[in-house]
Formats: sequence, C-alpha cells, structure tokens
Amino acid sequence: MIWIENLWKDFENKEVLTGLELYIPRGETLVIMGQSGCGKSVLLKLITGLIKPDQGQIWIDGEDITALKRKGLNRTRRKLGMLFQSAALFDSMTVGENVAFMVSQHMKLKKREIDDIVEEKLHLVQLDGTQHLRPAELSGGMRKRVGLARAIACSPEVILYDEPTTGLDPITALEINRLIRDLHQKLQVTSVVVTHDMDSAFSVGTRMAMIHQGKVIAHGTPDEIWKIDNPVLQQFIANENHHHN
Amino acid sequence: MNDQSPLRRQVLYDSRSPLVRIIAFFGDKALNWLSGLGSATMLVWETWSLAFRRPFQLRLLVHQLFLIGVNSIPVVLVSGIFTGMVLATQGYHQLKQISAEGTLGQFVGVSVVKELGPMVTAFVLAGRIGASITAELGTMKVTEQIDALEVMATNPVKYLVVPRFLACAIMLPILTLFAIVCGIAGGYLASISLFDMNGLFFLKLVQDTLFIDSIVISLVKASAFGMAIASIGCYKGFTISSAGGAEGVGKSTTGAAVTSLITILALDAFLNHLLYTIWGLQ
Repeated sequence: MIWIENLWKDFENKEVLTGLELYIPRGETLVIMGQSGCGKSVLLKLITGLIKPDQGQIWIDGEDITALKRKGLNRTRRKLGMLFQSAALFDSMTVGENVAFMVSQHMKLKKREIDDIVEEKLHLVQLDGTQHLRPAELSGGMRKRVGLARAIACSPEVILYDEPTTGLDPITALEINRLIRDLHQKLQVTSVVVTHDMDSAFSVGTRMAMIHQGKVIAHGTPDEIWKIDNPVLQQFIANENHHHN
Repeated sequence: MNDQSPLRRQVLYDSRSPLVRIIAFFGDKALNWLSGLGSATMLVWETWSLAFRRPFQLRLLVHQLFLIGVNSIPVVLVSGIFTGMVLATQGYHQLKQISAEGTLGQFVGVSVVKELGPMVTAFVLAGRIGASITAELGTMKVTEQIDALEVMATNPVKYLVVPRFLACAIMLPILTLFAIVCGIAGGYLASISLFDMNGLFFLKLVQDTLFIDSIVISLVKASAFGMAIASIGCYKGFTISSAGGAEGVGKSTTGAAVTSLITILALDAFLNHLLYTIWGLQ
C-alpha cells in the first residue's frame, strides 16, 4: 500500500531523514516509534505531500507522490485521512461542519446525505448528537475523536495518526487506542500511527518500526520487536515503559 | 544540498572582519526581503489564476463581503466625516492667506475624491481587515488547520485567500464611495458651521470638481489598495512559522498592518504618476 524508498530530508543544517526505507502492507496498522525530533511527524508530512523530500520516493497505491503536482496529489490525498496531533479542527465551524468538510468539498451529495454521513461517523467515534457544538466547547479527548470522525468522513483507504494519545489522560488515551483498533477492524483500513507512547504502540500496532538517526533500525510485529536485539530499541522501549509506569 | 546556504552565511557572520560581518548582515536582510517579495508575488499570481477557476466559492465570498464590507461601514463613515472636517478647517486657514477661501469647496472636493477618500478607507481597512486576516490565517497555520485543509485535498489559497482577495478588491471601492460622500459632508458641515460659508456655493464648487474620470480613477486606486491589503494580510498569515505560536501571530499581525500602510502609500505614489503624469488623466 505505502512504500517509502531511500527518503532524505533535512531542515537548515539538520538531517532528519537519511535514506529511510519502509513498507506498509495493505490492511496493517504500522506504529512508527522514535525519540522526539527523530522525524516521525516529518515522515507523516512527507506521506501526505505537505512537504517534499530532498531525495527518495513515496509510493502510495502504486503512484509516486513525490513526482505529483497539486492536482495529482489531491487525487491521492482523497484516499488518506489524517488525525493531527492537535486535532486541527476548524474552530470557525461546528463539529458537524468539520466532519462534513471533505464530503461537501469533494462529493456532490445532497445536504441530507451529508448529514447522514456526519451522523454515522460521529456514531463510530461515540460522539452522537454533538454536531452543533463548537471545537472550543470540547475536551481534549473529544477533539481527537472529532478529528478522527473528520479523517474517516470520506472512507479513506489509509488513516494517519500523529501522536493520537499525546496530551490525554490515561483513561482517555485507552479509549482512543480502543477506537483506533475498532476502526481498523470495522473499516479494514491501512493505518500509520506515529507515537512515542509504548502502551499505545503495543495496543494498536500489528506491525512496528523504530526510527533512529533518520533510518528505520527495527521493523516487525510487536512480538518480533520485543525479541530484536538492538540496544537503542530495547532502551527506548524500557525507558518509555518506565516513564509510563 | 540546500543546507549549504545558511551554513555559508554563518561562516560570513563568524568572520573576523567587521566589514564582512556588516555586509553579511545587510546581505542576509536583502536576500530575505527579496525571497519574501518573490513568495508574495507567487501568492498573488496563484490567487489570480484560481479566482476565476471553478468551483467558485460563492458562499465564502459573500461571507467575506459581509465581514470586510458591511462591518466596516460605520468606521469608514466616521473617518470620512472627520477627514472632511479636518480638510475644511486646515484648507480654510491656508487658503485665507492667499485670499482664496472661497474655493474651499473645490479644495475639499478634489482632495477627498482623488486622494483622501481611497487613502483613508485603505488605511482604516489595513488596520481593521489586513491585521485580522493575518491573525486569523496565522492562528490557522500554527494550529495546523491549514495543513488539515491541504491533507483534505483542498487548496488553502483557493479556499482562504481568493474570497478575501476578491472581497477586498470589491468592497474597497464601495467603501471609498461612502468615504467620499462623508468627507464632502464633513467639509460642508465644517465650512457652514465654523466659517459661515454659503452651503450651496460650497456644494456647487464641489460639484464642479466631480468628474466621472476622477471618480473612476479613485475607485480603481481603491480596488488596487484592497488587493494589496488582502495579499499582504494573507501572505503574512501563511508565512508564520508553526513554531512561532501566539507571539509569532502577534508579530506578523503588526507586521501586516505596517507593511500594508507603507505599500498603500507607495502604490498611491506609483498610480498617481502612472495615471496623471504618464496617461495624462485629470
């Protein structure tokens, strides 16, 4: 589904990605782990075409998005849904308008049909009847769930999560993890979850990858990841677990 | 690699020679300014090319017309009236020195229609609308809302910039007409109440200066000012660094207002020269 080949990216003298290679099979939930500033969020921005790599290719569904112009890129973006770290809800709109945004922009549907889609997606994230609320009236966890409803509004093939549990209390974080698993099962989508929260990583991931110094240093199923004898990876897992406990 | 350029600049900054450091400092500023000018020009170009391409975001345009136009009417009316009054009081004393106070109506009419009407309206809108566009778009940028638009396959220039650009280009001339009428009314009130002038005579002189040409030129200038205000406001909002946070939004908002005011003055000088000197319009 997503194949990343020899990806390089640097910002003002700082090399963030240095020849990163990654393959994300269709239907998997890949968790990308790594220390803060290791380039996890940059990788999501590259996958969504928000920034261009200095070198390398990103293939989504057989198409190299690094070579696409805006029109082609937007065609590919319609297959993606993204939950931003801050949820990035449009604060001038209601919850309903936020969820309906992509549908009303790109699908020629009647208002009633759009309302039905909004209702269905809000039901999936357990926020029934919140259409009329403003983002400012929502808690952190609710904002993330609305962000998720907005991300799945156009039934994407890939959902990208940028630090889905950061800034949430442990119980709300558990709820978000459960939601990610539920959506993966119900919608049969490919998911990419960027996180440094190990509880979340092992809870939602069917595959995991660890980025260190701009490269993937370990890749495998959660069981395989435990067994990989890489000091950086094992130290990261141990530290993050200790931090959470 | 694109990390060479800042690296090379840093080497120049670290040079032992003060002259090299000074040249590096000003060179850096000039490069940044030119790069900004280039990006702003690209934004205006993209805005123009998208403005007349489907789908037309009519609902958003109407919303911006209301916010930019209708909500600005009171402040433009008040500014217009006081501008006319100031012109009349200043003009009266100056003209009296050469015994020409009888031509006060002409003085007020020409000044308000050709210069102060569009200028005062543009100044008011630069402070009121330009700054608010920057603050709104800047906040959207730092809270990743603009990235969210892009990821949802919506062009932020088409969705956010085009409606504001068109609304400013359309509403500035209309608001300028209001400012002109109020400016003349303000001058009229000041001249009859403070200087006991004949009101009908004042209005007759104003009427003699009102040519269709000069009104059209005034409105064209107003529209150009509107485009400049919207472009600068949007550009400043779009180029806020995501790491800048609330402080970055504040700085850019102030920067947008100051840049708009300077640009309006420079544009006015350029358009006056072009329209009156080169094209010989009256």
